[in-house]
Amino acid sequence: MRKIIAIILLFILFFAVLSSISKIPFGISKTKVGKYYINNGIEQTGAVNIVTSVVLNYRGMDTLGEVTVLFIGAIGVMAILSTITRKTEKKFTPSSSILSTGCKFLFPFILLFGSYIFLNGHLSPGGGFQGGAIIASAFLLKYLGCYEKRINEKKFKVTESLGGLAFILIGISGLIAGGYFLFNFLPKGTAGILLSGGIIPIIYIAIGFKVGAEISGIIDNLMEES
Amino acid sequence: MIFVITFLVFIMLASAVFACISIDLLNAVIASGLVSLITAILFYTLQAPDVAMAEASIGAALVTAIFVITIRRTERKE
Repeated sequence: MRKIIAIILLFILFFAVLSSISKIPFGISKTKVGKYYINNGIEQTGAVNIVTSVVLNYRGMDTLGEVTVLFIGAIGVMAILSTITRKTEKKFTPSSSILSTGCKFLFPFILLFGSYIFLNGHLSPGGGFQGGAIIASAFLLKYLGCYEKRINEKKFKVTESLGGLAFILIGISGLIAGGYFLFNFLPKGTAGILLSGGIIPIIYIAIGFKVGAEISGIIDNLMEES
Repeated sequence: MIFVITFLVFIMLASAVFACISIDLLNAVIASGLVSLITAILFYTLQAPDVAMAEASIGAALVTAIFVITIRRTERKE
């Protein structure tokens, strides 16, 4: 019965979205603010990727909110799992040498790729959230494939807190230097090179570390605590 | 191109329905991961590579993995 209700709700949602989307002409901008970002974004923020300039510069406060929501989610998972007492002592069968060697070989390269994604967030598609998720998937591979001993959980928490603190400190120093929160107070540089965009790459590094540590902490809690 | 996209949308719809009706929760999780993966492809064809990257890494990989770990700790059949 519940499944039938779920499918009916799914179809109602499908037709509601379809009927509302089919009335909107596709690919034509309806607001002026999008055109403003496309025309003035590069010279005002110094970031070539327009999405990044919107996410971290024009709408930086929203990104702070998103990071906070993820933080609350991670805390919720930890709070629920810490109430469950472990029933039996777990024992792991060690993985075969081919699997564990492959995991150990791939782990630094996935970390490198994630770091590339969030370091180049202002130049190419990607950013802190995506890079952090890729870093967390490297830790997931380590937990699944070549488990040896538990990664120190405190280090995840310290990294996560430092990332969030760095974001807020950059915002407050913008408040002191320029008059409003998350003001882009650093020089913008030449658009298109790595050291450009003022505070955007620094905030993305902080977000990358924070999101990576947070999701790795959730995976660590799920694998270990319950 | 439009035929490929229509085909992908129908696969997405079918796997979403399958995720609702499946008794085996592991199959349902894999089907919902497929929905996320096809959503990522559609975002990419709509020229939104940032969103596609986030959807593929979080929706298709990490959420599926977290659900599979949870199913391992609880029960597999509904």
